[in-house]
Amino acid sequence: MHLLIAILSGVLFAAGVWLILRRSLARLVLGLILISHSASLVIFTSGGLQHAEPPLVEKGATALQTPFADPLPQALILTAIVISFGLFAFFLVLIKRAHQETGTDDIDAMSEVES
Amino acid sequence: MNVLVVLPILIPLVSAVATLLLRSSVRAQNVIGMTGSALLLAASIWLLTAVHDGGILVQQLGGWKAPFGISFVADTFSALMVLLTGVTGLAIAIYSAAAVDEPRRRFGYFPLLHILLMGVNGAFLTGDMFNLYVWFEVMLIASFVLLVLGGERVQFAGAVKYVTVNLLASMLFLIGAGVLYGKTGTLNFADLAFKLSQTANPELVNTSAMLFLVAFGIKAAIFPFFFWLPDSYPVPPAAITALFAGLLTKVGVYALLRTFSIIFVHDTGFTQPLFLVLAGVTMVVGVLGAVAQSEMKRLLSFHIVSQIGYALMGLGIFTQLALSGAIYFTLHVAIAKAALFLVVGYVARKRGHTALKQLGGLLRESPVLAVLFLLAALSLAGLPPFSGFFAKFTLVRAGLESADYVIVAVALAVSMLTLFSMTKIWGEAFWKETPGGVPSADILPPAPTVENPLVTVYPTLTKASMALYFIPMFLLVAVTVIMGLAAEPILQMTGQAADQLLNPTLYIESVLGVQP
Repeated sequence: MHLLIAILSGVLFAAGVWLILRRSLARLVLGLILISHSASLVIFTSGGLQHAEPPLVEKGATALQTPFADPLPQALILTAIVISFGLFAFFLVLIKRAHQETGTDDIDAMSEVES
Repeated sequence: MNVLVVLPILIPLVSAVATLLLRSSVRAQNVIGMTGSALLLAASIWLLTAVHDGGILVQQLGGWKAPFGISFVADTFSALMVLLTGVTGLAIAIYSAAAVDEPRRRFGYFPLLHILLMGVNGAFLTGDMFNLYVWFEVMLIASFVLLVLGGERVQFAGAVKYVTVNLLASMLFLIGAGVLYGKTGTLNFADLAFKLSQTANPELVNTSAMLFLVAFGIKAAIFPFFFWLPDSYPVPPAAITALFAGLLTKVGVYALLRTFSIIFVHDTGFTQPLFLVLAGVTMVVGVLGAVAQSEMKRLLSFHIVSQIGYALMGLGIFTQLALSGAIYFTLHVAIAKAALFLVVGYVARKRGHTALKQLGGLLRESPVLAVLFLLAALSLAGLPPFSGFFAKFTLVRAGLESADYVIVAVALAVSMLTLFSMTKIWGEAFWKETPGGVPSADILPPAPTVENPLVTVYPTLTKASMALYFIPMFLLVAVTVIMGLAAEPILQMTGQAADQLLNPTLYIESVLGVQP
């Protein structure tokens, strides 16, 4: 399972990099989104994938039942997803406006228009 | 309960909310914007004196004990950086009241400014790796909007690059944090420092150390990750550029200094030479880029890159003196750089553009401005008695003491080139006569371009708005002069900060309580 997800996040990252290296703005956003998913998966995997109990102390018990799942990576991922959701919402508006202003979807052409 | 530690985060938050609520009244925003920054400065001075006298202050948020909750830690280094935010923030807030046009202020300039200050202070004060990521994002989203606010055409190309590169850096930071958590099971700085000093093979965290190096390196604009900076920093109005130049890259430097001095110190044989090489190349590439420029804002933007190299040099030498010099240098360069950009902003307002070839005669027209520029420029180049001299002197002395002669030679040569390009601005913009006569076709006032973005037409200057322009310049230049004249007490304070970084035991004990 670890190996599978490690390969998956590697593939996502590679696909994201490939998309970023295209010149179109829309692909740039998609590439960044894939990379952000890959980052979430890395956190998830490095936190340890396992079949385990939820980290809740049972009524009457004094300690956690082992093995219990580590909730922290999930909290981190949730935070990261929310943050990148906001950032990407902004980025989408930004490229829409950039496209409207410069009339091109091509990053190089956009810089040429400017200079 | 140490409210003082979170005060530098709460004050900008309150100011941001207040300015947002009073969005319709530009006058009220000005007043609150300035008062908020003044309060922030007061709080940061209070924090620094408290930390200086009473040692490291810690606040565990929500009452969760470290390492389970999020700790906010103010050691001398953090407190000094917060003070830097206070000084720069106040100067920019005053300057903005005159220099930022009304549409920008109507669309939330002041709330964004304060959110940015909050993010920066949060990054300086947090004691938790993931929380650092969150503060980075707070700071970034504010800077994104500030960069495109106004929606001028030139701003978009710069902003797309800036946003892309910074998002990538954030992803790498996240992956680094994930790997680090996988290895150590903690993200608290103090707990990390403690656990890594106990583990058998700490080299395994080199992976995340290098991911952090790249992520922070991109934010700090070190070689080879600096290319986005000269393209994006010059596009917004000068007040915003000054804010970015003063604070944003310094947060990257802070994060590098913090993590590579208390956490990732197990493999110095590998990281220290790496930092020295990066420092040297950053300095050289930045200054050579600057020498080739003929537009003030781009020229100064390249200097930001080159100066980051000096702070990195201190981290590469890694002695108490070197770190002390690096911290002093970071404070100095933020102030000097912000002052220079404020001067450029005034030039842009006066002339409508900042292309060196077409400028001239500013010495005759505004001698006060010329003197302010000269003082800040000489300070940046490192001439005594200004702060730049003592910063570079400390770094060079540290380099000589630990026999890193190559980096010392590079640092001195780059200083020469810095001085050269500062005299270029001085000669072109201030000293020479205005290119007179009927302007030929190629020196007509240029159209808005990346090279020369500021062609917005502003209303004529009144006495009051002149004062708003000049007070912050005086303030920042005065700080750089005072930092030079009072170098001894400040170096003593940065020395204390360096001691705390090199002996993290105190930091660890303050955050975690005494170890068994």
